[in-house]
Amino acid sequence: MSLADKDRIFTNLYGYQPWNLKAAQARGDWDNTKAILAKGRDAIVEEIKASGLRGRGGAGFPTGLKWSFMPKEPNPNRPSFLVINADESEPGSCKDREIIRHDPHKLIEGALVAGFAMGARAAYIYIRGEYIREAETLFAAVQEAYDAGLIGKNAAKSGYDFDVFVHRGAGAYICGEETAMIESIEGKKGQPRLKPPFPAGAGLYGCPTTVNNVESIAVAPTIMRRGASWFSSFGRDNNKGTKLFQISGHVEKPCVVEESMSIPFSELIEKHCGGIRGGWDNLLAVIPGGSSVPLVPAAQIKDAPMDFDGLREVGSGLGTAAVIVMDKSTDIVRAISRLSYFYKHESCGQCTPCREGTGWMWRVMERLRTGDADVEEIDMLWNVTKQVEGHTICALGDAAAWPIQGLIRHFRPELEKRIAENVREAAE
Amino acid sequence: MADRHLEPDTPELRARWGKFAFSKAWEAKAKAAIARYPAGRQRSAVMALLDYAQRQVGEETQTQGWLPIPVMEYVAAYLDMPIIRVVEVASFYTMYNLVPVGRFHVQVCGTTPCMLRGSDDILAACKKRGMAKGHTSDDGLWTLTEVECMGNCASAPMVQINDDNFEDLTADRLDAVLDALAAGKSPKAGTQEPGRHTVEPSGGPTTLKQMVKANHDYRGDW
Repeated sequence: MSLADKDRIFTNLYGYQPWNLKAAQARGDWDNTKAILAKGRDAIVEEIKASGLRGRGGAGFPTGLKWSFMPKEPNPNRPSFLVINADESEPGSCKDREIIRHDPHKLIEGALVAGFAMGARAAYIYIRGEYIREAETLFAAVQEAYDAGLIGKNAAKSGYDFDVFVHRGAGAYICGEETAMIESIEGKKGQPRLKPPFPAGAGLYGCPTTVNNVESIAVAPTIMRRGASWFSSFGRDNNKGTKLFQISGHVEKPCVVEESMSIPFSELIEKHCGGIRGGWDNLLAVIPGGSSVPLVPAAQIKDAPMDFDGLREVGSGLGTAAVIVMDKSTDIVRAISRLSYFYKHESCGQCTPCREGTGWMWRVMERLRTGDADVEEIDMLWNVTKQVEGHTICALGDAAAWPIQGLIRHFRPELEKRIAENVREAAE
Repeated sequence: MADRHLEPDTPELRARWGKFAFSKAWEAKAKAAIARYPAGRQRSAVMALLDYAQRQVGEETQTQGWLPIPVMEYVAAYLDMPIIRVVEVASFYTMYNLVPVGRFHVQVCGTTPCMLRGSDDILAACKKRGMAKGHTSDDGLWTLTEVECMGNCASAPMVQINDDNFEDLTADRLDAVLDALAAGKSPKAGTQEPGRHTVEPSGGPTTLKQMVKANHDYRGDW
């Protein structure tokens, strides 16, 4: 059964209506937020836990549980912070942009609810630098909320003081990693920190910090209003709620759409995207969760439920639910090689396996793309991805390795064919 | 890592930029940025101040601006931080231009989602007009850069030109945008697909249709 419009959280997703406070309030945002906060910190955390909400930024960690790691009694000398990750840069991902430019008050209200629940004194929203117009909207929306007394001193008349600040990035994918983001807010280059200490113990300015994705925060007020059982009525066990899917590539009509978690891939595509370009027989492969997850061949993806577990079962992941569709006209080796170039470009240079490995992997991928390689290099490349994976401070090394592993796992014959054809051409 | 280099520090550069200081308008913004962070944490504002400095340099040179070494030194002094910490930041984040750029910075996204939708054609269209990756045209009008995913994947392919995105491009649509810019006009930003509003499926939304005409409050249906 498809999600009904009344159960969609982001009703102004497409921006047909204004983003401003008045219009947002008419849609239900900031409606007696004071009453939500009056339930108390623990009650909010428990409600979010019960809703089954898992982090929408890619890793899928239970959001309520994450909030519960923050200190119960904040030390006045070490205030707690909420950092909201709006550094949306994972290739294929384009949902937080729509929230920010069309429904920013859902995010700002969510910041207050989440910040209160974890005892934070302020939220920093870290928005990627390239979202220039989106940041203008966000700055203006935050100012509206201050002017209306919804945030700041005695936020929304709750008796709780809470600030919301916007911090703009300047073009670095790695700042989407939570500790790199914290470094960046501190005014440094965005290189990830070793963990432990985890941010909940020592994060921004050495203070307890929780980093959450935009979508995770923006859905919180609606969950509080409609109840955990409403949210958990969508999706399979362990994969609850509604979700923004972003479908790009070779579908008839690419789009962003909010759907129920666990919707089968074929239904998502048929219902909202006008089908696969050239029909289902023309589907080659899908990257279902943003560039960091391995591709899934057509036969395995068609009936897969679009959720954390369903996509893990086909050897991939939900990630950010950025669905990149590739039809049979795709040069699949080039498509993955271009992602290898992306990771080479975005490696922060801190860890040697990633700094050297991403460039090495990209160069070998280019050899495989043209077929100008030896067959042994396929296994050599596989081995190098295994040397990079798991040997770096952050997950960028893993993210660079997995798409290549997915390609080798599913398209080895294609790689071998190119090499064979190249050898034959050379002999002629 | 991205290949980037700093513009050499020369006497000419010093003569041109050694006396750089924020104008009144940018100074006000700089002070507001610093106020967003706790006392003593003013270094957190370095990213904002570098952006403002680059924009002021842009205004003074009729370009999109860049960061000469003396300007970075000014920002370092402003925030009471060592110059090398500022250079570290400026050279780490790709939106800080370390060398001069043109009046229009044409940033074509070439990452896989845009590639699948035809970014090759977009780059080719730029080259056909005489642009070259990493270079500024002789008339000082265009700087072409291939950039990594800009987060407009459901309306790909796209370019970002200065502060605006142009989405759902074809070579012809891009030409129309560039022609308009060259003529001093302000072409409509966003999707260039006729009839498309933002990122709904082309031809009209499959969900939330009531929102098209009115600011519908769905709470009545809860």
